[in-house]
Amino acid sequence: MAEQMFFFVFAILAVGSAIAVVSLRNPVHSVISLMVCFLQMAALFVMLRAPFIAVVQVFVYVGAVLVLFLFVIMMLDISKAGMERFVSGGQLWVIALLGVLVIEMVLIVSRSRLAVITAPAAGRLTGTVREVGEALFTKYILPFEVVSLILLVALLGAIVLGRKELR
Amino acid sequence: MVPLSWYIILSALLFIIGTSGVLLRRNILIILMSVELILNSVNINLVAFSYFLQDLRGQIFSIFVITIAAAEVAIALGILIALVRNKAALNVDEIQTMKG
Repeated sequence: MAEQMFFFVFAILAVGSAIAVVSLRNPVHSVISLMVCFLQMAALFVMLRAPFIAVVQVFVYVGAVLVLFLFVIMMLDISKAGMERFVSGGQLWVIALLGVLVIEMVLIVSRSRLAVITAPAAGRLTGTVREVGEALFTKYILPFEVVSLILLVALLGAIVLGRKELR
Repeated sequence: MVPLSWYIILSALLFIIGTSGVLLRRNILIILMSVELILNSVNINLVAFSYFLQDLRGQIFSIFVITIAAAEVAIALGILIALVRNKAALNVDEIQTMKG
């Protein structure tokens, strides 16, 4: 099956680049790995027939958020403070605990009722911009407006925090 | 066809990798990136359920999650810039000014 092959390619790349994000020492390398991971996620959204979410993912995350991260790293001095080892001391038990959690979640999900749900044969949902926009501007208009207000407040907060003189 | 459980397992893996980044790393930039990773893994879950249950609500909520994540990053990086201007420290163990 071509779809399963594509899923494996995207999933393995996403997990590998996510591990690189948390384990690389240089923050710039971590940002680039995170970019790779987000692009794989956008590809997975396309596979899930949600092309609008995929485009928003590429625009907002890869285009805005990660560029913001790169600008902040550029403004800071990462040469001395930024570099550190992945596991700084005797924290190996945390990794063991998270490994147990991974095994537990995989077992639970693969043995539950979720494992037998397959894709609907003839989907009425296409996930196009039209459908998403109609739902967003009719049924979900109140959360949409609240979110836009939150964005405005975040914008003002970022400007106030970034000013040189606070008083 | 790809079953639903594969997407959920992938999302759980990414969530736990992000959690390990938050718990194990001490660099504040890496911690913020790991939080982004956690939010994105939740997005995969939402969109996967939206497709398999043929319901648009998952996609709508993932749009909201993306928006809130963008606002959160803007605020967090603004706080980080203000913090580094006052005290040049990127290690979260050294930032304890407000500790009583």
